Amino acid sequence: MSMILNHVSYVYNPGTPMESRALTDINLKINDGEFLGLIGHTGSGKSTLVQHLNGLLLPTSGEVYFNGADISDPEFSRKELRGKVGLVFQYPEHQLFEADVFSDVCFGPINKGLSKKEAELKAFTALKQVGIEDEYFYQSPFDLSGGQKRRVAIAGVLAMEPEVLVLDEPTAGLDPAGRDEILGMLSNIQKDRGCSIVLVSHSMEDVAEYADRIIVMNKGSIVFDDTPSEVFKFSDELENMGLRAPEVTRALKKLKEEGFNVDVSCVNVRDGVETISKCFGI
Amino acid sequence: MLRDITLGQYYPVDSAIHRLDPRVKLFGTMVFLVSLFITDNFIGYIPAIAFLITVISLSKVPFKYMVKGMRAILFLLLFSVICNLFMARGDVIFSFWKLSITKQGIKTAGFMAIRLSFLVIGSSIMTLTTTPNHLTDGLEKGLSFLKIFKVPVHDIAMMMSIALRFIPILVEETDKIMKAQMARGADFESGNLIKKVKSLIPLLVPLFVSAFRRANDLAMAMEARGYRGGDGRTKMKPLKYHANDAVAYLVLFVYLGAIIAIRVIF
Repeated sequence: MSMILNHVSYVYNPGTPMESRALTDINLKINDGEFLGLIGHTGSGKSTLVQHLNGLLLPTSGEVYFNGADISDPEFSRKELRGKVGLVFQYPEHQLFEADVFSDVCFGPINKGLSKKEAELKAFTALKQVGIEDEYFYQSPFDLSGGQKRRVAIAGVLAMEPEVLVLDEPTAGLDPAGRDEILGMLSNIQKDRGCSIVLVSHSMEDVAEYADRIIVMNKGSIVFDDTPSEVFKFSDELENMGLRAPEVTRALKKLKEEGFNVDVSCVNVRDGVETISKCFGI
Repeated sequence: MLRDITLGQYYPVDSAIHRLDPRVKLFGTMVFLVSLFITDNFIGYIPAIAFLITVISLSKVPFKYMVKGMRAILFLLLFSVICNLFMARGDVIFSFWKLSITKQGIKTAGFMAIRLSFLVIGSSIMTLTTTPNHLTDGLEKGLSFLKIFKVPVHDIAMMMSIALRFIPILVEETDKIMKAQMARGADFESGNLIKKVKSLIPLLVPLFVSAFRRANDLAMAMEARGYRGGDGRTKMKPLKYHANDAVAYLVLFVYLGAIIAIRVIF
């Protein structure tokens, strides 16, 4: 799998008074098996960018290459692409429509052209992977709790066995426990399936904990593209963009300013505790 | 996709037409529509065309943008023209099999085409230059005399403004759900009619669910803020007539007079 965005720009409603530029000169490569975090303030172009990854939007200028093929090419099958790049939208539970959970998850693989049996097998695996128990399989998706609905919706995309799984704010509107559950689940899925994951979020904590690499967007452009600890060194710049480094990093930075010898590159609580303990010799 | 339908979507520029009182525009649209049906010969359409051209150029809305909206009714237009062309009885000009084209048929088809397209352009000018809020304000105030007959004018206007308010939201929602289902491999374009209709289920079910959810939330939010109908309710920006509105009324009456005169004379 290889996914490359080359000088991609996108303009909404070109040629009307509602014209607005959403992306400007985006260059990006998504590597195999990578956990990529995409962060940015509301309106920074994150959601527009992810829709380019599976061809729902085509760049106004520039190219998107999937396995070396330009997705804007009329010969290129975007339907096939959508099976390989699974996109989970914001509030994915709003897309559920079938009479029962199991058939809803089957929708994707059946559209991919699989036989009913194969589709059911994939749906079963996906539902198990997101932690939905058998007892819910034949219930109406509308009777489930918010967190369960969201997991069913994610399973609906997962069942297509994508090579890249893109999630647009999968934790929006969930409580902290629900959030940890979803993110932990994603991390496990990535380990099990070896697929790449692109996680869109505006919560630094979410991204810092799991991502190998972070892309920071502001006003339609990529500002930073590096490992979490490198990106969060620029906490002042992030703050100017309406973002914040994780609480841990900010706390450590304060300690450092007060003269304590702590490692400010820590981005999650576990490492943070370790470096503080070390500093105090506990 | 769906956003391309421009039929009547407000076009935000500042123009003489945009600044008019919504009541004037509502009345003007009505006068224009009536005038199209009063006219029974082609001469009568000359003032109508002149009127339309003046208003369009005053409104500063690009003509191309309006025509783009016409595409939505193209099918309807063609259908009625073709029906009229073959249905009318009279002097046969050309015929094959059981169908025949008559002189009268051509005439009614021509009228129909002009009337329908003028009708759509005329009414879309109103919605292109008036925000939905203004429009319902205008309706409420303009029809307030009906209150004497116990017509719930305020409630109707409120329902209308809510309905109009929800159109863009539902369009956006449709777009979003469509994209979400396309991301799961749904195909809304190919296949025969039955397959196409069936492919709409994954779109319509979530759309209805969300429409009901939104309606519920809105009703709750309105009640929480003490909404209890129009009695004693005041407006932040009450509608007031200005000098330009008086001029517009004058122009409208002159136009209507001209149309009636043409009808009587010719």
